[in-house]
This record gives sequence, C-alpha cells and structure tokens, in this order.
Amino acid sequence: MSISHAPPSSPKKDISSKSGFESSASVDVVPLLPASSRRTRVPRWLRRTTGPVLLLALWQLLSSTGVLTADVLASPGRIAQVAGDLIADGSLPSAMGTSLQRVAAGLALGTVVGTGLALVSGLFRIGEDLVDAPVQMLRTVPFVGLIPLFIIWFGIGEAPKVAIITLGVTFPLYLNVYAGIRGVDAQLIEAGESLGLSRRGLVRHVVLPGALPGALTGLRYSLGIAWLALVFAEQVNADSGIGFLMVQARDFLRTDVIVVCLIVYAFLGLFADFIVRSLERLLLQWRPTFTGR
Amino acid sequence: MATDVHRPVSPEAAPALRPTQAVHVAGLTRSFDGRAVIDRLQLDVQPGEFVALLGRSGCGKSTLLRILAGLDRDIEGTVLVPRRKAVAFQAPRLMPWKKVWRNVLLGLPGKPGRAVAEQALKEVGLDHRTDAWPKTLSGGEAQRASLARALVREPDLLLLDEPFGALDALTRIKAQRLVGELWQRRGCAVLLVTHDVEEAVLLADRVLVMDDGVIAHEQRIDLDRPRDITDPRFAELRARLLERLGVDTAAEAA
Repeated sequence: MSISHAPPSSPKKDISSKSGFESSASVDVVPLLPASSRRTRVPRWLRRTTGPVLLLALWQLLSSTGVLTADVLASPGRIAQVAGDLIADGSLPSAMGTSLQRVAAGLALGTVVGTGLALVSGLFRIGEDLVDAPVQMLRTVPFVGLIPLFIIWFGIGEAPKVAIITLGVTFPLYLNVYAGIRGVDAQLIEAGESLGLSRRGLVRHVVLPGALPGALTGLRYSLGIAWLALVFAEQVNADSGIGFLMVQARDFLRTDVIVVCLIVYAFLGLFADFIVRSLERLLLQWRPTFTGR
Repeated sequence: MATDVHRPVSPEAAPALRPTQAVHVAGLTRSFDGRAVIDRLQLDVQPGEFVALLGRSGCGKSTLLRILAGLDRDIEGTVLVPRRKAVAFQAPRLMPWKKVWRNVLLGLPGKPGRAVAEQALKEVGLDHRTDAWPKTLSGGEAQRASLARALVREPDLLLLDEPFGALDALTRIKAQRLVGELWQRRGCAVLLVTHDVEEAVLLADRVLVMDDGVIAHEQRIDLDRPRDITDPRFAELRARLLERLGVDTAAEAA
C-alpha cells in the first residue's frame, strides 16, 4: 500500500488543520463497480457449451481433412450415423437392455449385502467384531482380479458378471453406511433416550435417518463402480451387452462403434447419477443444502 | 464432603417411600475412573418446586442432571424420580430429519396426532413453525421447540440443562420469562442447571450450590414473583450466591 505524502505546496486548507491529521494527502480513489456491471452479455450456459462444441468441430475438421483416419478415430458425423443405424437395427437397445439388467441385478444384490453387513456391524458390537475385520481385509483385494476365480466358480454365463458388479458395489456401500451409523451424533442418541425411545425406536428414528447421508454417498460411489465393473465383466467372455459390442467392434477395427458404446456408457452413468441426486433431494430435504432450486 | 450419616445404598431405585417428593436422592455417588464427581449427595425436591442448581463448571451439576434424567446409570445410592420426566438440553438436540411437530411427538407412547404437537408448540409460541425443518429455526426457536417437546410429555419433573446458555442476551430474557410462565401454568417440579446466578435467583424457589460433589449451600428465594432484578434484595441474594461461588462482588455488593 502506498501513501503518497502531499507536497508542501498543497492548496490551502482550513486553518485548524495543524495536527498530524492534515489530510491534504491526495488519495487515489477508484470506483468499485457493482459485480453485475462487469458481467458479459453472453449467458453462462452458452459459454459453457462453447468449449465442447469447438472441440467437436475441431475433431470433425481433422477427420474431414484426413489427418485423423477412421481406423484411429471415426468422425463425429460418422459416429452419429452409426449410432442411428445401431439403434435402428435394434442391436444397441438390446445390448443396453442386457447391460442394464446386469447392473441392476448386481446393484440390487450389492446393496442388500453391503447395507446388511453395515447394519450388522454398525448396530451391534458383536457384529462389528465378527464382520468388520474380514470386510476390511477383503476390500483391499482389487475386485477385478477376482474375475478368473469367478469364471471358474460361476462359469461364463450371467452369474460371474453379476457377481463382479455385486462385489464392486458392496464395499463402498458397506464403508459409508457403517461410517454413517457410527457417525450419528451421540447427543441426538442421548436425546432420543431421554424421550423414552426404545432401542428399536432409536434405530428407526435416530440412527438410520442419521446414517442416510452417508448411505447415499456410498450409493453414488457404488454406482460409479458398478459401471466400471460392468465394463470389465463384459469384456471377458460376453456374448451380449455393450461390452460385447465393443469387443466385436475392436475385432473389426470399428472405432465408430466403440465410441458409440463409450458414449452410451457415459450417458448411463449420468443417468444413474441423476437418479441418486434426485433421491438425495427427496430424502435429504431436511438439510439446508438441499433446498432444491 | 457430605457429613451425613452414611446410609446403606442400593443400586436400584427402591420402591417409592416418600411419594410426597418429586425427587429424592440419598447417598448418591458417581465416580469417573475412581474419582468421585458426585460424592454421597443428598437432594430432595418437592412437587411443583423450582430448584436451580449452580456450580462452577466441572463440579458435577450436569452429571447429576444426567443421572436424574436416567441417562447415566453407573451410580451408587438411592435415586427416586418421577416416571414422567423430561429434559431440555443446552443444545436443542432436535432430530434434523424430522419436522418440528414430529420432533415434539417423538417417543410419546401411543400414536398422538399432530394436534397434540400443535397445542404444545402454541404454548411456547411456535405454532407458526410447526412444519419447519429444525435446521431452519433460529436458536431461540429451536430452544422453544425443545421445550415444547419436553412439555408435551406432561412431566412431573422438568430437567433443564443450561437451556439458555447458547442464546443471545435478548432471546435469553424472553426464554427465561417463558420458562417461568410455563412452570407456573404446569406446576411441575423443575431442576434448572445453570451457571448464571441472576437466572437462578430470577426463576427459582430454592438455589443450590454444588461443590465437591455435594450440595454445599442452599438458599431459599422468597422474593415475590414476577421478580425485579433491580430490587435491592435481589442484588443482595445474587451477591451472596456469587460469593459462595468464589466470585468477589465487593464492588457490586457495596
């Protein structure tokens, strides 16, 4: 900060100012403009879409000029066309249906197992002693590494694929539900006790609602992992599903089909995220952060 | 140290020998790691009596309240409390995932309707916030909701653990007045744990000072209600109690 001292020949001030408070120093004043006046006219969503659109245009340009050949990466136009064809002949919808079924089954099983184990170890001390240590040990095993074992156990049908997804889903849910249960404010538990709630009442009215935010965070992680597990599971020994489409496309060097499948995965992931966020908005409306705009 | 005759203690509450008392505590001891925080304490509270419990922080007054509330059972001695009792804590401790009216009804036997909650909320002047989420309440509103939750149980003993401690000065005055009114209307016994001497003298029939694990001092407050804090007798009582608590009030008492 610089304070410029006034030159001695400053214009005459009123006579009383002989103290050190002689404010003849010229202060450099700048106007502070309201934030709204600096904002540009272009709306935010438009600016945010500009980047991706430019990227897409660049991609199309590179493809059209032949810099990017089709066996490296197909052009956006070509991909859109292939997507249309795949939808029209029914192969993409049926593959999506198969994949969705696998994820749904794995997710449902994993949710039951993960939440169930977390309830046992979260609510009962004996449960914690019996369940927590093995689960913590198992969770350090990369589940993808179990694919060979699962194929030996469950064959090459749907079972090993669903099992891999189940396994991937179980651990994040377990960890978050367990942490959620154990993280419930002890003061609230005590308040519940003082209100005469029974043990069951405490679990129902205090512990479980208190663990819900953690559980939903776990569900979100689980969904992400479910898609990942699906990709892995479907690239080994699959004869249907999106992963199968991709493997097939790889054999024929069809980069366009591969990209279409990747986009489908992305959209399915987005859709799943949307569902969890809607759930959060619905179930956690008591939190001021979820007033839902 | 208590110098009373040491009675044989029974860990479980004996059958009600003195139904004329709302609270009867005899020879109560509570130790943490071998250190007795409450040491053979005696305490009796009459039905409908308003008792304030003062003491330095860490003197065991909150522990005593938790024991009376039934939240701490690692005790020796005799403790008789009414079956119907309710607690309001310093933090309102409302369940954030339940709307205000559901919080008020939480834990009540049977399936009481919303009207019951509304009635209780009206009594504390919060009927306009029946449907609010607890996190949207102000500090004073949340504390009133907590009071409504205690009162709806129609307690014979109301335990208040520094319920005004976290409120701002203006809200505190209103809340104190509200508690005074509610007590007069309900006629339940009240045990108010506080560190605010003025609050104790303002509200209580009897002020107890806890020290070294026992009730070390007792002061009856016979001032007429509503009490006036500018009354010289009020100031004298306040000064005397502060002195008991080890605060030098020579300047004020002069």
